[in-house]
Formats: sequence, structure tokens, C-alpha cells
Amino acid sequence: MDGGRIVNLPGAIGGATMPVLASDAAILGIETSCDETAAAVVAGGQQVLSSVVSSQVDLHARYGGVVPEVAGRAHTERLVPVMSQALVESALEDSDIAAVAATAGPGLVGALLVGVSAAKALALVWDVPFVAVNHLEAHLHAAFLDEPSLELPVVVILVSGGHTMLVLMEDRLRYRVLGATLDDAAGEAFDKVARYMGLGYPGGPVIDRLSGQGDPDAIAFPRAMLHDGWNFSFAGLKTAVINHLRRHPDATTEDVAASFQEAVADVLVAKARRAAASHNARGLCLAGGVAANSRLREMTLDACTADGLAGYLPSRAMCTDNAAMVAAAAWWRLQADGPSPLTVGADPSLGLPET
Amino acid sequence: MIACSTATVDETRALGGAVAAVVDTGDVLVLVGDLGAGKTAFVQGFAATLGVTAPVTSPTFTLANRYEGRLVVNHLDVYRFDGPEEVSDLALPELLDEGVTLVEWGDTISSALPAEHLSVTIRFGSGDNDRSFELRSHGESWQRRADRLTAAVERWAPPC
Repeated sequence: MDGGRIVNLPGAIGGATMPVLASDAAILGIETSCDETAAAVVAGGQQVLSSVVSSQVDLHARYGGVVPEVAGRAHTERLVPVMSQALVESALEDSDIAAVAATAGPGLVGALLVGVSAAKALALVWDVPFVAVNHLEAHLHAAFLDEPSLELPVVVILVSGGHTMLVLMEDRLRYRVLGATLDDAAGEAFDKVARYMGLGYPGGPVIDRLSGQGDPDAIAFPRAMLHDGWNFSFAGLKTAVINHLRRHPDATTEDVAASFQEAVADVLVAKARRAAASHNARGLCLAGGVAANSRLREMTLDACTADGLAGYLPSRAMCTDNAAMVAAAAWWRLQADGPSPLTVGADPSLGLPET
Repeated sequence: MIACSTATVDETRALGGAVAAVVDTGDVLVLVGDLGAGKTAFVQGFAATLGVTAPVTSPTFTLANRYEGRLVVNHLDVYRFDGPEEVSDLALPELLDEGVTLVEWGDTISSALPAEHLSVTIRFGSGDNDRSFELRSHGESWQRRADRLTAAVERWAPPC
């Protein structure tokens, strides 16, 4: 596919030269913002030719969370083999890659730098554009890779260990953050509750599993700000769970897990439904690692059925951190904004650009 | 040492706000307390007093959040650091220079933090929302401010 390169065509405005990206341009995406080392090749922002993820979760489990120093070192060790594997699996030659993209933020600065530096180096060597990608924007693009026919606008529940936001996505690069957490992220609440209960790290999968054997109505944990605006607050829920466990040390773990999970999913889905109604969205979409939670998925689908909305629930591989979503977002960004300057660095607290 | 207590999350925020009245750039506060004790709530009130209007969220994921108010407020969570030698990621000296720095779980990396600091220890009380606080001054600059700090905290709530 030699159509993959950027070609320069005379632009319409003022005779300037605008880069035009071939519709099947293949982009190598790199993701190292947290604890997954990932690389992927995606053609035309849609067709995933390869997607390789090397998870570090085992390395961090004994610390109860991602240890920055450990993450940075692991990314450095793993990125080259992960990129090589992604290129081999894509069945493309190096010369077929039209651009190299990396997550530039938000995330852990030492982790982000590994991917950003690698992407810049490859872009220089291959003489192709470098694209700095916003990790949150990449998550918004993930669902399209599973659901090419996704109809906009949708309300996206973007939930992970570091982020919790409700986003109205009107177009690929046009979206609005309706609300966000005022304290703890949803995934963080899962991790911290699991840590308090001695269930290990990460907390999401184990609480999900235990909840299957528990009664979600056993304990009436608070639903903070349920009817109040679009923001979220999970710190009070976390403390309520801790208080309950302090008062009832013999409480059934499964019931506590199920009741906690129910409260989180309840608030997320209730607000998303309300947002969809007030913004005339056509569907609800999940994104981020917490989107793998089975109760959240079930509740989202139920809400969509009840409200006549389309429900977009990406596969677990697309919800959690991966590089295919980075390459997909990069394809759209490259068309809209052109290459990123090589002076762009990692930004650990990068926000979602309001459009 | 100043001992006091709060009965609601809002009171914990107010106590944080009272303490903020005596701080200046370069100061370090070390926050010690179990999950759910109210460390972030304390920082929320603290930052509000210093004119920070952005929502103060948990720093657990990014490890360090920076807010601009009348002073720069750095909010750190170092729970996941395996020891003082790992804090190089945070560029601590630069952070300390440019603002007031509050370090959650700071006791785990104490040798990497300045000897001059205020330690704030939070413990769960008898009721669900009751918390007891111990404020300990370390170093000359905090000793010098002990009276002002006591007055600021007393104005907000009587010592227990």
C-alpha cells in the first residue's frame, strides 16, 4: 500500500500547501501512559492491522497500584519488542507507515516520555509525521474500531483508574465534557475499596467477580449527586464502604462488593441517561478500563433498551488502554491539524480539548 | 502539637482552610491517615482558602496535581512509591520552590522531604464522620508560627 504516505497537494486557501492523508494511510500508534505498553498499526483510522498490548499489571500488583519508576523501566524494556511485533503482525513494511503517533498525556510523565520519545525517533528516521495524541481523545475513538457504524451524537461514559467523565461526542473531533469527578475516579474507588478489603490490585476485576455472588441491595450505599448536575463524586462512597466495614467487620465480602459496585454503576448510568435525553443523543457509549465492568455494561444496555438508545459497549480489549485507539485518533487529528511539532512533550495533566 | 476534631467532611475542609491561612510558598505539609480519613477533603479546603477555584481531585492517578491560586498548591500522593529514592519522578525540589506542597502518605518517603514541615495526622473517631487531627510542627519556621497556627485553628474550632 504505497498510498499510505502523506502527499502534498495544492491547498484551496491562499495557495498554501496542505498535507492530505491517504484514506488508507497506516499509522503506527504507541501507548505508554500508564501500565500497558502497547503498539498498533491502524489503516485509515479504522482498520486494525495489529494491536499488541503488554500489561505490567503483575509488576505493580504487590504495590497496590502503578509504581511510576517500575512503569517507566518496564516501558523502556518492552516498547521495542512490542512495536516490532505490531509491525510484523500488520504485515506492512516500515516504508508503508505514514505517520507515528504516541499518547502525550494525560498519564505518568516518566511513562509517557518513553512512548513520545520512541515515536519522535521513528518519525525522524522514517521521515514521516509525528502525532501527539491525547489519551482521553483516544478512548473516545476506541468504540468506533469495534462499531464502525456508530451513530453520533453519543454520550460517552469515560471511566478508568485515573478519569471519570461524561462526554457528549457530536463528531469525531467535536465533543464536550459535560461533567467529571470532583474527587476520586470511578476506577480509583474500585482500587481503594479493594485495597481496604484486602482484595489486591487491580480492584475492578476482583470486585466484579465477587459481586456476581453478592446481593447488590444488601447495603444502601450513598449515590452522591445522583440528581445534581453532571459531575461525579466517589470519595464519599469509598468512605461509606470503609465505615460499613469498620462497623461490621464480619460483613459478607460479596455483598459489600456487589452493593458498592451497584452504587457506582447506578450513578454513572443514571447521569448518562439524563445527559442523553437532554442533549438528544442517539446512544450511550462506554470507554476506559472500568467499562469492562459487567454490571456497568448490563445496566448501560438496560438503560438503552428502556430509552430507545443505541448501546455501544466496546470489547474489553478496546476499553482498556491500547494503541489501536491512539492510531485511530491520530488519523483524525493528522487530517484536521497536521503533524505535531517535535517540540511537543509529555503532559501528565493534559485535559480533553474542548471543541 | 495541636489536637482538634471534626464531625463532618465540610468541617475537615474548613480546618484545612484555617491551616492555609498561615502558609507561604515553600511550605510542606505531610498528611497521614488511612483511606477515607479525609486527606483530600483537607486539601480541598486548604486550596480554596488560597483562592484555588479548580476542583481539587484525588492525586492518586497522576501522583501530583498543581493548582494556581493566590499561591501555587501542589497536591501529591506518594502511596505507591516504594521508598524515598523513587521520588525523583516528581521533581520535588522544583515543586517545593514554586508553591505550597501537601503530600498524602508523605510519612512513607519522609527522608526525601524537608525536615521543616507540618505533619497532619488524621484518625477515625467514634461516629462515621468523626475525625481527630494532630498537627505537629517540625523545624524552626513552623515552631515560629505555632501561635498563629493555634489561633487560626482555634478561630475555626476549639481544640479537643
